[in-house]
Amino acid sequence: MEHIASRRNTWFALSAALLIPCILALIIHGLNFGIDFTGGSAWEIRYTDSVDTEKIVAVFADNGLPNARVQQVGDASEHRYLIRTEEIREGSEEKKKITDALGTLGTLVPEDESLSTVGASVGTSIRNRSVLAVAAASVGILLYIAFAFRNTQRPFLYGIAAIIAMLHDALIVLGVFSILGWLFDVEVDALFITALLTIIGFSVHDTIVVFDRIRENLANRVASSFEEIVNYSIAQTLVRSVNTSLTVLITLAALYLFGGSSTKNFVLALLIGVVAGTYSSIFNASQILVAWETHEIQNAFNRIFRRKQSPSATTRAA
Amino acid sequence: MRTRNWWMLGFIVLLTLSSVWVVLPGTVLDIGGFKERHPIREGLDLQGGLQVLMEARPPDGGSVDKGTLDGTRDTLERRVNALGVSEPLIQTRGGNQIVVELPGVSNPEQAVAVLQQTAQLEVIDPAGYSLSAGMQVQTSLSQQREAQDAAAASPSPGASPAASPAATAAATAASSSEVGPVLGETAPTPTPESTANGPVFTTIISGTDLKNAYATTDQTGAWVVAFELQSGAADTFYNYTSQHIGQQIGFVLDGTVISAPVLRNAIGAQGQIDGMSATEAQNLALQLKAGALGVPLQVVSSQTVGPSLGRDSVDRSLLAGIIGLGAVALFMILYYRIPGVLAVLALLIYTSITLALYKLIPVTLTLPGIAGFILSIGMAVDANVLIFARLKEELRSGKTLARSIEAGFDHAWPSIRDSNISTMITCAILYWFGQFTGATIITGFALTLFVGVAVSLFTAITVTRTFLRVMVDWGMIRNPWWLGMGRLEMRAMAGD
Repeated sequence: MEHIASRRNTWFALSAALLIPCILALIIHGLNFGIDFTGGSAWEIRYTDSVDTEKIVAVFADNGLPNARVQQVGDASEHRYLIRTEEIREGSEEKKKITDALGTLGTLVPEDESLSTVGASVGTSIRNRSVLAVAAASVGILLYIAFAFRNTQRPFLYGIAAIIAMLHDALIVLGVFSILGWLFDVEVDALFITALLTIIGFSVHDTIVVFDRIRENLANRVASSFEEIVNYSIAQTLVRSVNTSLTVLITLAALYLFGGSSTKNFVLALLIGVVAGTYSSIFNASQILVAWETHEIQNAFNRIFRRKQSPSATTRAA
Repeated sequence: MRTRNWWMLGFIVLLTLSSVWVVLPGTVLDIGGFKERHPIREGLDLQGGLQVLMEARPPDGGSVDKGTLDGTRDTLERRVNALGVSEPLIQTRGGNQIVVELPGVSNPEQAVAVLQQTAQLEVIDPAGYSLSAGMQVQTSLSQQREAQDAAAASPSPGASPAASPAATAAATAASSSEVGPVLGETAPTPTPESTANGPVFTTIISGTDLKNAYATTDQTGAWVVAFELQSGAADTFYNYTSQHIGQQIGFVLDGTVISAPVLRNAIGAQGQIDGMSATEAQNLALQLKAGALGVPLQVVSSQTVGPSLGRDSVDRSLLAGIIGLGAVALFMILYYRIPGVLAVLALLIYTSITLALYKLIPVTLTLPGIAGFILSIGMAVDANVLIFARLKEELRSGKTLARSIEAGFDHAWPSIRDSNISTMITCAILYWFGQFTGATIITGFALTLFVGVAVSLFTAITVTRTFLRVMVDWGMIRNPWWLGMGRLEMRAMAGD
């Protein structure tokens, strides 16, 4: 078995190489927030024949909505168009007028119409709740891990390592969607937050399986050093981690390829997250444990802050 | 041990059969209409329809209390029932919002208009007619309102918003002065003026005259609804009630009689309605309160989905689910052999139990919900993967088959438990998050994933384990190759 734990600096560097473009994209471009967060309307219509998107834009502009963006969605043969614009109320005069005007461009298929409208105030509250939900999930999981690993020497270390791995996965998914938003105008919606929270759950799920093995092997003293024990535990759980991810990836790939278009981005976020989650549980979370137990993290901090190595750190060595 | 395994196997078979029975569509073998009462609930994105999130905005800019909001919800429920929508969902959300989901509504514009009306509460003179709760009636006040709405709407649409508050006030004044002379007569009450749609009843007082209403108990401990009237209306009401003791009186909300008690004595500023259970009293108090306030509702977000758009998504997701399940089954059998076959069997049992629970709980199935379910299939397999990986290890360490199975399960359990609990924590938070976004889409996903994870714990531990035990008991698996051991590995162990 390859010695995974001793190459931890390589894995940390690889993660950093992945994270840096993600973080840069998030800082420079940010995310394209959809109407769930900003408020506004997303209106999907379908014609029996092809219609010039410019003409659709013109209809909205004529009705006092100059910022409408029109995009053809789905297969070109389906003639489906998605219009993103300011708030249009369902049941309003305005909507009726626009529908009539759109009807003059071609034959509309009313059974295939969908309109979702989100008020600006609702959007803001969803954005705040999203941040709160991610924070609450992190705290809940941290506490549970600390509880589950209460018999180890440093229960919170396991919790923190799992949370770092989880943030790593979340950042990668956020970064990829920032880049996708930059290049292909992909938006994030409330469903994306759902995907993000699921990824958090999955990432921790995977990490715990590895940690559980470390806990068991520590109790049985299967090897002399902590590093050896971690390495042994990873080797034992590697096949399982890969197999589990494979089964989840198989189902997600089926959903991505054959599922409806409305869940495509949602499934894509999950796909990226599952791969990142599997990687980080083996190559990040467990390695953080080793780096902490061997005082590499503490020493790195000391070097950064140019302090002398604290005496407590040396005496704590196992 | 042996008998226990058999009992477990029997239990599993029974559970599976009943799940399959619940899941199977159609009315075949439908005992007592049970299946008809538990259909699979499809979300808006699957069957099309309308979802609106409305916010109560009292005219004076104040806030609404919980009782009024609940009352407003009841009012909406009654109107939605009048629209004839099957399986509507109406829930209060937070302190001042109500979410309404109307699956399969074909005319969303009309539905929104109906929902946004302000509740209209009236107390009417039955004029000799016998009233009962649920009756649809026409009243003098509602007729005046309609006439005014029509008058306001036709010349200039711009005038209508300003006209409505003034109109209500005028109507109230008119009705009370109209009632006056009628009350003076002791002779039998005149028959109300009839229209093509039946009699028009005289409005004695309206919602704006009601100060408060609440459920309470009287001296004998029986439940009553107590109400208080504004001072001006109290006189009108006293005049009327003192003349009609022993007769019925009708409380009408949005044209539907909600209560028709008999007057026992004259009522002024305060009165009470008795002869009800606790729940009935609470409901009536809520209805009266909401009707009195007439809280205007503002649509803050809405979603309409065309019916065939949803149908298409269902078909695609179903196909994706079948392909996903098939691919996972193939992978499991190729990699884990006999345990793989057992795991796939356990997976099918898992699928039927989960789907049956969706029907029974009931869980509203949405597109992300289907995604959650398919994802949970992957996670259900994980528990089996963990157990089998452990089983192989125990075999390698030289344990017997039976002992390896037990040790494999015991050792795999802590990690299965811990990892699944962390997923459940996430589900709980997702559910909470979904509650605030006003979207059943997210709560649906959280609920399906939660149910899936919970059932997978059961199937992995109980079903797979029992299968393996029974097979060993039967002597069906003697050769560890069937459990995924390599031939070379086995030879090496035998050589030890």
